[in-house]
Amino acid sequence: MITPTHYLLLSMALFTIGLAGVMTRRNIIIVFMSIELMLNAVNINLVAYSAQVQNLVGQVFAIFVIAVAAAEAAVGLGILLAFYRNKETVNIDEINLMKW
Amino acid sequence: MAEAIAFYVLAACILGFAVLVVTAKNPVHSVVFLVLDFLCVAALYVTLGAEFVAAIQVLVYAGGIVVLYLFVVMLVNVKRPPEAFRAGGRHAMLGLALAGAVLVEAAAIAVWSRLSPAAPASAAQSLPVSGNTEQVGWLLYTSYLVPFEVASMLLLVAMVGAIVLARKES
Repeated sequence: MITPTHYLLLSMALFTIGLAGVMTRRNIIIVFMSIELMLNAVNINLVAYSAQVQNLVGQVFAIFVIAVAAAEAAVGLGILLAFYRNKETVNIDEINLMKW
Repeated sequence: MAEAIAFYVLAACILGFAVLVVTAKNPVHSVVFLVLDFLCVAALYVTLGAEFVAAIQVLVYAGGIVVLYLFVVMLVNVKRPPEAFRAGGRHAMLGLALAGAVLVEAAAIAVWSRLSPAAPASAAQSLPVSGNTEQVGWLLYTSYLVPFEVASMLLLVAMVGAIVLARKES
């Protein structure tokens, strides 16, 4: 029997993998992809509980999360392209212009 | 039983591909694993009875966002060897330790909330339409019309912003 706790643990593990990617990788594209993994973990939670409590609002919010993720990817990659044109790097250790 | 098998197979695929996304040396491989991961998540949504979200997941994530990533990887990541993006040992250890701390914390919350009595499931809503897509569409265009319009506005702003940011200065 698959309970909501199973889905909770799955999404928790997925979120942690994304978090580890954000923390350990230096390529900003892979950091963005790890953020997408974390957003997916949240969506799994929303949809699983939507099925559990027989209420479709969770799925509606999952759709909103997907819309925000699409906007985030478009703007983030636009910033990345503009930055790459100036600095020729995608290593986040070298992106330190605004670092105090 | 079939539900359990489907869940465990899909969960193993999701976590395995997620690990490969994070650990792959070549960013192009990461993108391909990301597509596979999103498709597995879409299959999980189908097993949960959320067909509309699964379709959106395949269309928007696996079809749109990942292709965007692939374009940017191809545009950006040609000049340096992939090993240049490996984190130093101390940073990697610190990052993994922090991620592990978050996992322990979240697991503690999950276990603790399981011990406390769960809230009773609310009664199923009565929507005037049947079928997952129709019901989600009904909710989006009635109760959640304003957030829906705000989301469309956000996408418009993001589109204009992405074009302005990525445009060549002339």
